[in-house]
Amino acid sequence: MTNQAPSTSEIPLIVEMRGIVKRFPGVLANDHVNFELKRGEIHGLLGENGAGKSTLMNVLAGLYRQEAGTILVNGEPKVFSSPRDAINAGIGMVHQHFMLVPSQTVTENILLGLDDPRFFLRLPDYDNKIAELGEKFGLKVDPRAKIWQLSVGEQQRVEILKMLYRGVNVLIMDEPTAVLAPQEIEGLFETLRAMIAQGKSVIFISHKLQEVSAIADRVSVLRRGVATASGVASKGVSRQELARLMVGRDIVFALDKKPCQPGDVVLDVRDIHAENDKGLPALRGLSLNVRAGEIVGVAGVAGNGQSELSQVISGMRECKKGQVLLGGDTVSNHTTLYGIQHGMAYVPEDRTHVGSAPNLSITDNVIMKKYRKPPILKNGLLDMKAAAKLANELKVAYDIIVPNVSTPVRLLSGGNLQRVILAREISGLPAFMVAVQPTRGLDVGAIEGVHRLLLAQREAGAAVLLVSEELEELLSLSDRVYVIYEGKIMGEVNIGGETPDESLVETIGQMMTGTPLDQIQKEGVAAHD
Amino acid sequence: MTESTTANKKRGSFRIRVEPRLNVPPAWYPAAVTFGALIVALILGGVLISFAGGDPIKSYLHIANASFGDIGVLSDTIVKATPIILVALACSVAFRMKLWNIGAEGQFIMGAFGASTIVLTPVLSAETPRWIFIPVMMIAGMAAGALWGFIPGYLKAKFNVNEIISTLMLNYVAVAWVNFWIFGVWTEGGFQMSPKFPDTASLPRLLDYAKTFPILRGLTTHLGLVIGVVAAIILWFIIFRSRWGYEIRLIGDNPQAAKYAGINITKNVIWVMMLSGALAGLGGMSEVTGVVHRLQTAPIAAGYGFTGIIVAWLAKLNPLVIIVASILFGALILAGREIQPSGVPKMIQGIILVCLIASDFMLRYRIVIERGEE
Repeated sequence: MTNQAPSTSEIPLIVEMRGIVKRFPGVLANDHVNFELKRGEIHGLLGENGAGKSTLMNVLAGLYRQEAGTILVNGEPKVFSSPRDAINAGIGMVHQHFMLVPSQTVTENILLGLDDPRFFLRLPDYDNKIAELGEKFGLKVDPRAKIWQLSVGEQQRVEILKMLYRGVNVLIMDEPTAVLAPQEIEGLFETLRAMIAQGKSVIFISHKLQEVSAIADRVSVLRRGVATASGVASKGVSRQELARLMVGRDIVFALDKKPCQPGDVVLDVRDIHAENDKGLPALRGLSLNVRAGEIVGVAGVAGNGQSELSQVISGMRECKKGQVLLGGDTVSNHTTLYGIQHGMAYVPEDRTHVGSAPNLSITDNVIMKKYRKPPILKNGLLDMKAAAKLANELKVAYDIIVPNVSTPVRLLSGGNLQRVILAREISGLPAFMVAVQPTRGLDVGAIEGVHRLLLAQREAGAAVLLVSEELEELLSLSDRVYVIYEGKIMGEVNIGGETPDESLVETIGQMMTGTPLDQIQKEGVAAHD
Repeated sequence: MTESTTANKKRGSFRIRVEPRLNVPPAWYPAAVTFGALIVALILGGVLISFAGGDPIKSYLHIANASFGDIGVLSDTIVKATPIILVALACSVAFRMKLWNIGAEGQFIMGAFGASTIVLTPVLSAETPRWIFIPVMMIAGMAAGALWGFIPGYLKAKFNVNEIISTLMLNYVAVAWVNFWIFGVWTEGGFQMSPKFPDTASLPRLLDYAKTFPILRGLTTHLGLVIGVVAAIILWFIIFRSRWGYEIRLIGDNPQAAKYAGINITKNVIWVMMLSGALAGLGGMSEVTGVVHRLQTAPIAAGYGFTGIIVAWLAKLNPLVIIVASILFGALILAGREIQPSGVPKMIQGIILVCLIASDFMLRYRIVIERGEE
């Protein structure tokens, strides 16, 4: 092993991906991405949800096949048509969702799919082998334990062992910390360090800045399928800089935004607490308010409680403590219907799984919140002619490009589907609208359309809460921005109308990485003194 | 040939790729695919018939003749189709919400039982006129079926009990329950059947009018057909034109979106299971009062509940198409007996179902054949 720490350029590349292109229906997931991995490094791969990180790594692990581009392993071009090919080339991936058989032991799971042992399972021999391997890399787990008896952290160790047993030299970890408790994360980091000390290489996929700067030697950043940074030494780059590379600053529109004329407070969120799907605290005493005629942004790195916030407001998630008031009425912990009847519109983060019914037509999708009332409801039955008329009007008004409104929405592109959802929500003339990531995955033209619709809402006097991970979007649309970090608001800034200056962006960046506003101001004052 | 083919010889010169459809196929396409699947199924069935030593064309002609050959057998086909219509409607409404009710058989039996209680308890005396007897029996049959749907529906909604298991088990409970009554309480002279129902408690049949219209002599088609057709039309309106039907379709396609639209899913699970049970129960009532005329397990628990599952899928859950598909299956059941008591007709049914399910793939994906590679 090289202990003299040679300058980085001398270390050979173990994996090189050149010009990788991968398309999914309607999405360009990877657009000519280059990626390089050196022997014995931990390489952080950063990016928002949907930026194309997992796609790129699934190509490397042999699960997807790229449409263009080449993969070189130790300088030799390789074609992977299955994960087995990738493993034979020494590349293995640990997925976010584990692929283990709960009723079988650790050893049985690790041996699954291998040619040895061929017929007789002499499990005790293998138990010892696996225990030794675990010891070598600091992966403590009882080989005889059944998977269902293990904690999530231990199951992850089994997945890593599975790959090490197959002799991989490159281990891809897809969002490994998402499922772990804080103390387990430290254990994982120790394992990863033990692995590189023994000459293995690790690719660490994450959207959490803190973790990547803590563990990675070098960092690559993906944004909307494009690499915005490749192999930058993590020591030489600040978290703020990384945040900027992730959320980007390249879309600037000349939006004619009229001065803000805020009215009464419409949405009042008071000290709410809520849990995420895993039962861990996601919102911890969060308060904010939105007035009529203004757009209020919520900025933050993904996974800091934004989704849970929008779900509590819309009534789709339980509020453990605190309350949400809409025009003076408590809407938290009521049915979703209650919020709808009180004039709430909600553009959910997940367009296909929450915001629409994929196999139903555009007509059926636009009446989702209107079928209970005339003109759609007539004499106790649905007036499908009126519904089709409405759908056609919305199709024209919102520029939805489809041959006809009986098309099932699963066939629409992301931008068109988002226009269907916005059309539905806005045409209900809401007093308040919460929009989560309304432009994610859309192309530039579609983004501009969505932005104009949101501004039109503001001018019509509605209160709009815009949750986004795109800083530029928030700065150009919002009148005020709250910054969320680990379920709490770090601070609130006024955007004011003029072009936001660098120091404002700097301040938001600091809040996004967990520094409260009052502390930043104190330090600022101290620096001036 | 060309250079590229030589170069690709080793790997084969074309490959087949499957990709999701990104546009709407024309309106005739689903119908054509369904029809194609039927043809493929008949060809596969024909191959198996010839393996069994039969002549497939002759067998199919025989089936056609034995079920549609003259007005008499046509009437018999319709009699067989009647319970299937109602049971398939029952399955279709549950399946539309992705509730896998495979307990239509038990709900059907309970419907027959419920209707029979009116005669056998007796709730109404034998002298009661038909126009009172029949509606009361219909209500009783539907109520008993709905109860048999309510139990798994409630368990599913409140405790997330798998409805496939609970509905399947309740089928056996229903048979045992009816057996208890016909063996012990309502037995006719020790036989495992109840006494025959009075004429006032029977659905009118075409042959009842043979005196005025001699052509109707011997035709056993009964009022159940009308009940089935009317139920199909009403169900079509419920599914495609009512508020409730819209909610059912929305929940079935995406429960998350339904929740997002403010729909109470728990409540709907119970109501839809009850509607499904009620329709199957109505089928049981129609069968016991229109054909069997007494409570007896063997002819009632004849597997209509399971045939209904196949027919519901064959009709792509569309209530009006169910009428046509049921007649096709009625014909298969009737004519099947002409060929062989059990084996081949059951096999053809099975092949049809498999082909139909497989054909659904053709609606969602298209197959692309590419020449050359890399």
